[in-house]
Amino acid sequence: MQELLQTYHLNENNFNWDKNWFIQAWRIMNTIRVFEEKSIQIYKKGLMGGSLHSSIGQEAVAAGVCMNLKKDDYISITYRGRGQALAKGADPFQLFSEILGKKTGYCKGKGGPMHITSQELGILVANGIVGAGIPIAVGAGLSIKTLKKNQVSVAFFGDGATNQGAFHEALNLAAIYKLPVVFVCENNLYSEMTPIKNAVLNEHLAERGLAYRIPSIIVNGNDVRAVYEVAKQAVERARSGEGPTFIEAKTYRLLGHMIGDAETYRTKEEVEEWRQKEPIRYFRDVCLKQNVLNEKELDEIQQQVIQEIDIAYERAMKSEEPEMEEIFNDVY
Amino acid sequence: MMSTNRIISYAQAINEALKEEMALDDRVILLGEDIGSYGGVFKVTKGLFDEFGKERVIDTPISETGFIGAGVGAAMTGLKPVIEIMWIDFSLVAMDQIINQAAKMAYMSGGQTSVPMVIRTQGGGGRGNGAQHSQSLETLFAHIPGLKVVAPSTPYDAKGLLKSSIREGSPVIFIEHKMLYSQKGEVPEEEYTIPLGKADIKRSGKDVTIVTLSRMVQFSLEAAKELEKEGIDAEVIDLRTLVPLDIETVKESVKKTNRVVVVHEATRSYGWGAEIAARIQEEAFDDLDAPVQRVGAEDVPVPYNLNLEKEMLPQTKDIIQGVKKSLYLQMETV
Ligand SMILES: Cc1ncc(C[n+]2csc(CCOP(=O)(O)OP(=O)(O)O)c2C)c(N)n1
Ligand SMILES: [Mg+2]
Repeated sequence: MQELLQTYHLNENNFNWDKNWFIQAWRIMNTIRVFEEKSIQIYKKGLMGGSLHSSIGQEAVAAGVCMNLKKDDYISITYRGRGQALAKGADPFQLFSEILGKKTGYCKGKGGPMHITSQELGILVANGIVGAGIPIAVGAGLSIKTLKKNQVSVAFFGDGATNQGAFHEALNLAAIYKLPVVFVCENNLYSEMTPIKNAVLNEHLAERGLAYRIPSIIVNGNDVRAVYEVAKQAVERARSGEGPTFIEAKTYRLLGHMIGDAETYRTKEEVEEWRQKEPIRYFRDVCLKQNVLNEKELDEIQQQVIQEIDIAYERAMKSEEPEMEEIFNDVY
Repeated sequence: MMSTNRIISYAQAINEALKEEMALDDRVILLGEDIGSYGGVFKVTKGLFDEFGKERVIDTPISETGFIGAGVGAAMTGLKPVIEIMWIDFSLVAMDQIINQAAKMAYMSGGQTSVPMVIRTQGGGGRGNGAQHSQSLETLFAHIPGLKVVAPSTPYDAKGLLKSSIREGSPVIFIEHKMLYSQKGEVPEEEYTIPLGKADIKRSGKDVTIVTLSRMVQFSLEAAKELEKEGIDAEVIDLRTLVPLDIETVKESVKKTNRVVVVHEATRSYGWGAEIAARIQEEAFDDLDAPVQRVGAEDVPVPYNLNLEKEMLPQTKDIIQGVKKSLYLQMETV
């Protein structure tokens, strides 16, 4: 059974150094970063309700996985999911609109930052209930298999979610029915204020996939190339009817659980250490070292992204609020 | 209320109740997510980890079914668990353990078994937390025989009721309100408890009876203040507990006012307001001069947009309208 658990090591010599791929990865990760930074400003200005959970530091997982997906593939995400939504092709304007509660948002301003859904983009649901989206992704896998579609369903969730019953039941279902599902566990070392090591004895959460005899792989979640390669294999397996794969992407959330979290449960040194390894800085170094993109190219793309996000934000700010009648629509 | 000048918050009052009961009885243990050294997301368990240690203030993984179930088992075998479910919405993950297990143990065993367990949680809207973090689910629990349901509105009540809840021999669902944690009020230094099943008249009046609990008590008191300007004298009854239900206090009041408005934050249809209305018409029909009015949230999930949320949830103006309706008064168009 042990052969089912692997740790992925990227072989630099075998990597396909296609420039367009690098541009795309750089673009997506920066889009997520800049979007998240802008969202934090919005939150701090008091322009939105509820809580805001940032994915800064985890961009490579969203980008690396979703770059393997087509528009009609499904993803199930969480309250921390704007990054994955962007990687799946979400429009920053509609996302900003949603977190601002505007009519032009993906869910007409009724969902909010925790609940980004886009039927058009295959974003099934963003859940506020930890673990709840995992069986739903499995259900989408069941549809795909039953209706003989060539799609894939991806469940994104955190380390903490692997302690929920729903997680375990869902994995087993996907395994026995051999469903085209990819489980992507973003192990950012914390579930809210609890270090995952206090909540799970396994060092590698991928072992939990293994418990259900699902091929499980550990990957450096801060290297978008590695995530991409691992997800590519998993997606191919799913599309060719070979069943589910479990990916544990080791990463780190650079900010608090939510904006305003005092972060008393970890040291500044620890955060600083991870900041050195954060995915955007890391990828920039890779691009330069391998001569795929130069400083100027990287900066230009970054500037473009900043501009696009600014425009989307301004437009969203000017958008209309939903009408009061909207309260009564969409209930059933 | 005892005379005192000490003012503390609702969260602090709950914290004190936990602390006092833990000091009194070492069978009392706490279980929940991030309740240990972090002190809870709403800071209700602050300092308890340092005082009582990790054996009694136990951080759990995100496994509501697991640790509520474990709470049931521990309660059956000598401990008195007080479990924090961070948001009431998450209790739904563990409904089997609450409804099929905890609530039925005593009865199914012919009285051999008991489950002295408290589930502390918080509900309600008002912060733009969206549909899965804003619900008022008290009726769900109140509908299940075997569960007691408490929902305090003030720091004083919260402390006294939680102490009693921990001393109960059966499962108690203790529902706090997220918008009340920072609210302050008088709480005496001396020890006191408040028995479950005793409503509290938060304002006496003669023209109409408002029956409510939790955050809506505040709103109802505000409404009463407004109504006073128009010469309407409203009585505000805070039920404090839904199970047991103190219908007697309500009936006494109806004898005097002959009119009732029930106010809850939960959605109107099938809410506990219907139960109160039914009980009054069954037991005090002759005292009524008007139909019982219900004020509650619209029958939809809680929308994220803050304006929509506000419109969807009951507000002071809705309570005023309910009162005027029960008095057959012309309503101003608001
Ligand atoms: C059923 C349920 N229990 C508890 C919570 C409160 N909560 C929100 S996020 C979170 C931590 C989740 O950690 P993890 O799965 O690692 O995801 P991350 O936040 O790190 O992305 C908790 C406990 C919740 N939302 N739902
Ligand atoms: Mg985590």
